[in-house]
Amino acid sequence: MADSTIKSTTEVPKENRLGLKALDYGGGKSTLCAGCGHDAVTNQIIRAFYEMSVKAENVAKFSGIGCSSKTPAYFLSRSHGFNSVHGRMPSVATGAILANHKLIGIGISGDGDTASIGLGQFMHMVRRNIPIIYIIENNGVYGLTKGQFSATADEGSKLKSGVVNDLPPMDLCALAVELGCGFVARGFAGDPKQMVNILKASIAHSGTAVIDVISPCVTFNNHEGSTKGYTYSKEHQELLHQIGFVPSYEQIEVDYEPGTVREVTMHDGSTVLLRKLEEDYDPTNTIQAISRLHEATQAGQMLTGLIFLTPEKKSFTELLNVVDQPLYSLTADVTKPSREALDAIMQELM
Amino acid sequence: MSETLIVPAALEENWSPGDGPVINDLTIHVATVNGSGSQSSNSVLMRSIFQMGVPVSGKNMFPSNIAGLPTWFTIRANKDGWIARKKEVDILVCMNAQTVKEDVEALTAGSICIYDAPLNCRVMRSDLLFYEVPFAKLAMELTTDPRLRKLLANMLYVGIVAELIGIDRQEIVTALNKQFKGKKKAVDLNVQAIDKGMEHTRTALEGQQRFRIERMHKTEGKIIIDGNAAAAIGSVFGGVQVVTWYPITPSSSLVESMIDYLKEYRVDENGKATFAVVQAEDELAAVGMVLGAGWAGARSMTSTSGPGISLMAEFVGLGYFAEIPGVIWDIQRVGPSTGLPTRTSQGDVLEVFTLSHGDTQHIVLIPSSVSECFDFAIEALDLAEMFQTPVFVLSDLDLGMNNWMSDPFKYPEKEFRRGKIMTAEKLTELGGKWGRYLDVDGDGIPYRTVPGTAHLDAAYFTRGSGHDAYARYSERPEDYKATVDRLARKNETARKFVPKPAIERVEGARIGLVAYGTTDFALQESRHQLKKEKNIDTSYLRLRALPFTSELKAFVAEHEHVYVVEQNRDGQMGDLIRLEVGSDQSKIRKILHYSGLPCDARFITNAVLTMEEVASSPSGPGKSPAPEVSSSRVPMQGPPPLGFKGDGQD
Ligand SMILES: Cc1ncc(C[n+]2csc(CCOP(=O)(O)OP(=O)(O)O)c2C)c(N)n1
Ligand code: SF4
Ligand SMILES: [Mg+2]
Repeated sequence: MADSTIKSTTEVPKENRLGLKALDYGGGKSTLCAGCGHDAVTNQIIRAFYEMSVKAENVAKFSGIGCSSKTPAYFLSRSHGFNSVHGRMPSVATGAILANHKLIGIGISGDGDTASIGLGQFMHMVRRNIPIIYIIENNGVYGLTKGQFSATADEGSKLKSGVVNDLPPMDLCALAVELGCGFVARGFAGDPKQMVNILKASIAHSGTAVIDVISPCVTFNNHEGSTKGYTYSKEHQELLHQIGFVPSYEQIEVDYEPGTVREVTMHDGSTVLLRKLEEDYDPTNTIQAISRLHEATQAGQMLTGLIFLTPEKKSFTELLNVVDQPLYSLTADVTKPSREALDAIMQELM
Repeated sequence: MSETLIVPAALEENWSPGDGPVINDLTIHVATVNGSGSQSSNSVLMRSIFQMGVPVSGKNMFPSNIAGLPTWFTIRANKDGWIARKKEVDILVCMNAQTVKEDVEALTAGSICIYDAPLNCRVMRSDLLFYEVPFAKLAMELTTDPRLRKLLANMLYVGIVAELIGIDRQEIVTALNKQFKGKKKAVDLNVQAIDKGMEHTRTALEGQQRFRIERMHKTEGKIIIDGNAAAAIGSVFGGVQVVTWYPITPSSSLVESMIDYLKEYRVDENGKATFAVVQAEDELAAVGMVLGAGWAGARSMTSTSGPGISLMAEFVGLGYFAEIPGVIWDIQRVGPSTGLPTRTSQGDVLEVFTLSHGDTQHIVLIPSSVSECFDFAIEALDLAEMFQTPVFVLSDLDLGMNNWMSDPFKYPEKEFRRGKIMTAEKLTELGGKWGRYLDVDGDGIPYRTVPGTAHLDAAYFTRGSGHDAYARYSERPEDYKATVDRLARKNETARKFVPKPAIERVEGARIGLVAYGTTDFALQESRHQLKKEKNIDTSYLRLRALPFTSELKAFVAEHEHVYVVEQNRDGQMGDLIRLEVGSDQSKIRKILHYSGLPCDARFITNAVLTMEEVASSPSGPGKSPAPEVSSSRVPMQGPPPLGFKGDGQD
């Protein structure tokens, strides 16, 4: 298989632009099973935020319930975190971001958390285009409740006990595209380079960024017959393109033949590079995105890359036309109307 | 054993022309079809009485339906200010064939019945004063547009009633201008209908002398508003920042009217909003957003009714345990389940007080008037932030959706109380040493930081799972106990901060009455009846919040019998009071009105009298046959308590 990323020539420095080290973006010690895909995703989150020089105090972490949802405790300990209830993190994140739209929101969910109990909230969050990076750590099972199938389990995939899943999987990327999400990607916990590039691009995005990460559960879904284990995923990973990310403050220093790379400028001025592989994939074409995802499912491919990207879509907070200062910080001089205002209302009612 | 007492109907005094007219004391009941536009007519009629200076209330009894089902509107005018629901109707306006039989049959002898000619009510009874009106014909003379005709027919009855009881034409015109916001075309057309109705009454109907409205001056400077709009205005002046909702009767109009006020009064000079309103996908999301916003430091609220409260249960437990502010209005309607969605109830007391699994206890504010809706809207936002917890406001359909007279609301002078917030500066002073759930002040209320605080030690991790004083995950038994014990301490502190009950003590009264919310109107009138008719003194404690404050126990101790009057089947508040007063619990008796209609004074008066009698008879409580609340529903220690339930006629 081709490399999943476009090699960057700039070296990663020992300190980022805030003078911080990667360690400063770490969190508590993980209590997940050794080898769990979720820990691999955590590591790439740390790296992406570090490399993007994000001020952790301005980040708010959210999650639902599940092994995956525990991970916000394992990264960015300088950021406030909120481990909420099963499937309903999108609403909590929505409220927090309305209260303070300057926060950089990142939500971690699982396939059970998002595709079953939380499907409704997930869809409405996407529909509203809440500015948040929403990561589904997708292992095809409910890890925390010991391995039952989730709604993303592939048809024919087998539990350890031998039980076979007869129901078709839900494709959360296709769903997000359908709902008009401006940033839809699929990654793989076993492909950290691609993952970190997707994550950096998502940090640069200003609306909802949905990232479905195939993140194997080594304890309950990594055996012969499972379709979301490491070996199976590696064998079936299919790249849409090679991905590269150049932050706004850097020059694009990659050489490529004209016509082989798409450049997409993000909200913050950074650039996403997508180098063509066999096919010419246009990530701004809804129809192509959905049909390519369907083809992949039919062919048994695990399609990864930046599936859909339209950075210009207005986010919910922009639509609400709120004042620039975070709402929560407004004081009574702004939020308590005058005595005359109450008099006028009372007069009206007399 | 019978669970319900049959109370002898109150004696109706018969009226004869020699007695002279009854002035400024009457009930008008309008029976129409939902969706026929009678709302505006009824508002105009009510408002014109209000402008005549007579205290008045209007209650809409509507079906869960957009158009076609029966609906009733009751206006009560009373010179002494008794404006609770009264069951006896003095003037019926009968416009609906579907209900004509029951409407006419329910009237007491001597009442007036104005009816649409084809209904031919006259043949149904001989003891009423009938006015037959050819509404269709009269409306035809006004317009040829069939849709307008229907609307104008409703305005015609306003003119007829006005002429019959003596409401000034000018007051109706003023009310019409208010109703149609000065839109000339609409006002003119409706004035024509009013004039036609008045003229028809003068020329074709015989007058009546029994009921008169005469100008007085008891409504000067007063406003008319419904509780939901009052709550909306309160929230706007309380500095609410994030508002979420999901439509449900009878709550929707709270946020709907708030949106109008926010747009008018909370947009800055650049046209930018100082608030965010989200119509959520359901009540789970609505409350999730409220908690997310509260967590991030905003003053946030949502409004719903019973079914929505049930959905919010899990999140509210999270809010309680993780200590996140947020305000939840419950405009109660009749449950369980969909119940009677357009009828009123006080059936959610226990549900909201302990909503969610595990040991939970919430602060609940209970307004009983529109001005308290206004005040408590602000108070709730303050208490939520001060106590870092979800705070409920328990209103109901009667208060929320009906129009009430009130003194104008007072400008909130108090500064917003935003609670214990740890800022970056304070953190620096403390050298970054703090614990999110440390009880530094001994009142059970810890300090919190908000996300985005520019300090390296500001962050903490919020979770609904077990945690220690430093917000670290913990399953240690001592940590869990410490957390929930501190929360209990916080609940104790809340007793000292929630609105105290309103108490009216009467020297020497043996009987104490306890009520809350909209039961207040009927209860006040009942006290008056008890005194006037039977010379029975009563003291009255009106609860305004949960948890209880210390005044309640003292009040119960002072009285021989304490009647708790409420509008639910099980006497939910009564049970809470019994738990609260311990050894005095056998004094507590329940009077329960739960038909979906607002409680009326006569019901309470009869119940008190009956139970006082039974209690003093030799076969009193403890012996048989004593009336009581079924013990299978209300597990109690001690002698079986007295109870009075239901209302056969409703
Ligand atoms: C309301 C509710 N129902 C059920 C549960 C039990 N529960 C906890 S985690 C979980 C599934 C998690 O699966 P997923 O989101 O895929 O996360 P994973 O553990 O696989 O990372 C369930 C059903 C719960 N916590 N809350
Ligand atoms: S059970 Fe599975 S998902 Fe959960 S921590 Fe272990 S490997 Fe990860
Ligand atoms: Mg899972």
